[in-house]
Amino acid sequence: MIALNIAWTHLTSRKRQTAVSLVGVVLGVAFFLAVSALMRGSEKDFITRLIDNSPHITVSDEFRTARLQPARLRWPDDLVEIVGLRPKNETRGIRGWRYRLGQIESLPGVRVAPVLVGSAVLLFAGQEQGISLSGIVPARMRGVSTIEEKLVEGSLDDLEANAGGIIIGAGLAEKFSLRRGSTVNLVAGGGSNRSLTVVAIFRTGNAGYDESQTYVLLKRAQLLLGRPDRVNRFIIKLADASQALLVASRIEAMGTYKAVSWAEASEDILNVLFVRNVIMYSVVSAILLVASFGIYNTLSTIVMEKTRDIAILKSVGFQAGDIRHIFVLEGLIVGTLGSVLGLLVGAGLMQLMASVQIRPPGGTAMVNLPVWWGGEQFLMAAGFALFSCLLAAWLPARKAGRLHPVDILRGAT
Amino acid sequence: MSVVLRAQGLHKILAGDVPTTLIKGVDLEISAGEFVCIMGPSGSGKSSLLYLLGLLDVPTHGTIELDGVNTQGFNDAQLTQLRLEKLGFVFQFHFLLSEFSVLDNVCLPMRRLGRWPEAQCRERAMSLLTRLGVAAQALKLPSQLSGGQRQRVAVARALANDPLILLADEPTGNLDTVASANVRQILHDLTRELGKSVIAVTHDPKFAAGADRRINVVDGQIDPDWQPL
Repeated sequence: MIALNIAWTHLTSRKRQTAVSLVGVVLGVAFFLAVSALMRGSEKDFITRLIDNSPHITVSDEFRTARLQPARLRWPDDLVEIVGLRPKNETRGIRGWRYRLGQIESLPGVRVAPVLVGSAVLLFAGQEQGISLSGIVPARMRGVSTIEEKLVEGSLDDLEANAGGIIIGAGLAEKFSLRRGSTVNLVAGGGSNRSLTVVAIFRTGNAGYDESQTYVLLKRAQLLLGRPDRVNRFIIKLADASQALLVASRIEAMGTYKAVSWAEASEDILNVLFVRNVIMYSVVSAILLVASFGIYNTLSTIVMEKTRDIAILKSVGFQAGDIRHIFVLEGLIVGTLGSVLGLLVGAGLMQLMASVQIRPPGGTAMVNLPVWWGGEQFLMAAGFALFSCLLAAWLPARKAGRLHPVDILRGAT
Repeated sequence: MSVVLRAQGLHKILAGDVPTTLIKGVDLEISAGEFVCIMGPSGSGKSSLLYLLGLLDVPTHGTIELDGVNTQGFNDAQLTQLRLEKLGFVFQFHFLLSEFSVLDNVCLPMRRLGRWPEAQCRERAMSLLTRLGVAAQALKLPSQLSGGQRQRVAVARALANDPLILLADEPTGNLDTVASANVRQILHDLTRELGKSVIAVTHDPKFAAGADRRINVVDGQIDPDWQPL
């Protein structure tokens, strides 16, 4: 490999210049890695919170599209016009919910809990507060929700043990100065009135949720809302959250009820995250592009300094391609070395950032900066660095390949 | 004697607003083993003619036949390959690669040609350096050598691929009297010994004195009436 030999000699005989362009690439790759690791880390962190704090799939007693009329179903391809239609009254709630629950549960990696959701008014010491009432089965709820972790007082077991119990949020508790053991009155839509004992208090950090969400036993909710043996929600948690879209469509296919996955429900947020990634990768790639100017500069200088060498190589019998090869190799050497060192420095930076602890505004606990160690960003950093180095080397290399020996020989003598 | 290089009707015109004619109508034949000196005043076109004969430049009109191969219409890559295999160059300035040792400089054309394995390249280079009396300098850098030594290394490099013809452009032009005499002697002796043809552009009458043939170029043409002193 004469070309490699010459390329290496060019670089090593210009140690300082080479070092400067190398440092440019190293820093570029390292910053690329560090920034992308932090951004992707925060993205993953955000999605994890999003997924953990909400059901992976919610099946509700609604339909995605209005029901088709029998005539439409009978003649799907013909023109059927029905005017002045008023669909028949649907029984509210999921019909045959026990059967459907079993059906959904038979899917692999799926945990499901039935819920009856309704609204009620909470009365306490002459004050009123509209609340959302969820009737749950504690044993099943445990498998699909993080509610138990959010309890600051009491437990789900307390609810199970007390049929007249209610779990309220910390916001509501503070507003009405309620505590465990306090008794409140609940008036539901049906008009039924019932006094319940606060058995547990949760705090999620979401103010709206903490002020208006309450949990009672499913049976109690059915009685209060006057809908015996009914549920209108299935809350589903998956072993693998990324399968949510797929599983949701399978559930919809088997039951016709609307099944909304977290990805569908948070599509806007996912879009924002995607755009954020595009912006971030553009910016960090620009760093590498700027770093490649260092290489361009170095190689252009070498080409200028080495015109005589190039002339003699060409007259001795080196092809234009051989000459180009030399300078492209020089870019490649700087790019490869820079990438390897940059990945190491970048990994060090990531390590450093991962060990930094910050207290988020309004938070109580210290958290580590989220750093994502995914392999694809390492590949992207190295790949993009090599690409820009090659590009930066190609221009001087092409110029060197085009040098005409006679022009230089004439000038030299 | 067989003809190794035949040039017919060579013209070289530089394009431009006012085209400049460097060479106008040169016919020339070089035989195997012949030592030819091209002389003439500066600006007469000697070097331009040498570049044409050395396939470094392409004539505007005319043909050059090297070792029976007509090079008309050859592209840059083909001409470069011919130079690699059949021609060796020595210039006024030594043009050694300054970062490489003397030995590496001489090995360079052989490595590019790839005809010999690396060990043999080194062996051949050493034997050439020995003949030129610079074997002791083999591992030094060109900057550590004297002008005469460098030029001898350049000769060794020119002979590395065992070329048919050695082309030299003022090979002693940059040397002091002693070094100049030395290089002159070696060029003459070695090329005769190895049976190489030599085409040398020179101002140096002593250098030209040892040649088989002397050509005078005036205004881009060979002066037919010229007689060497």
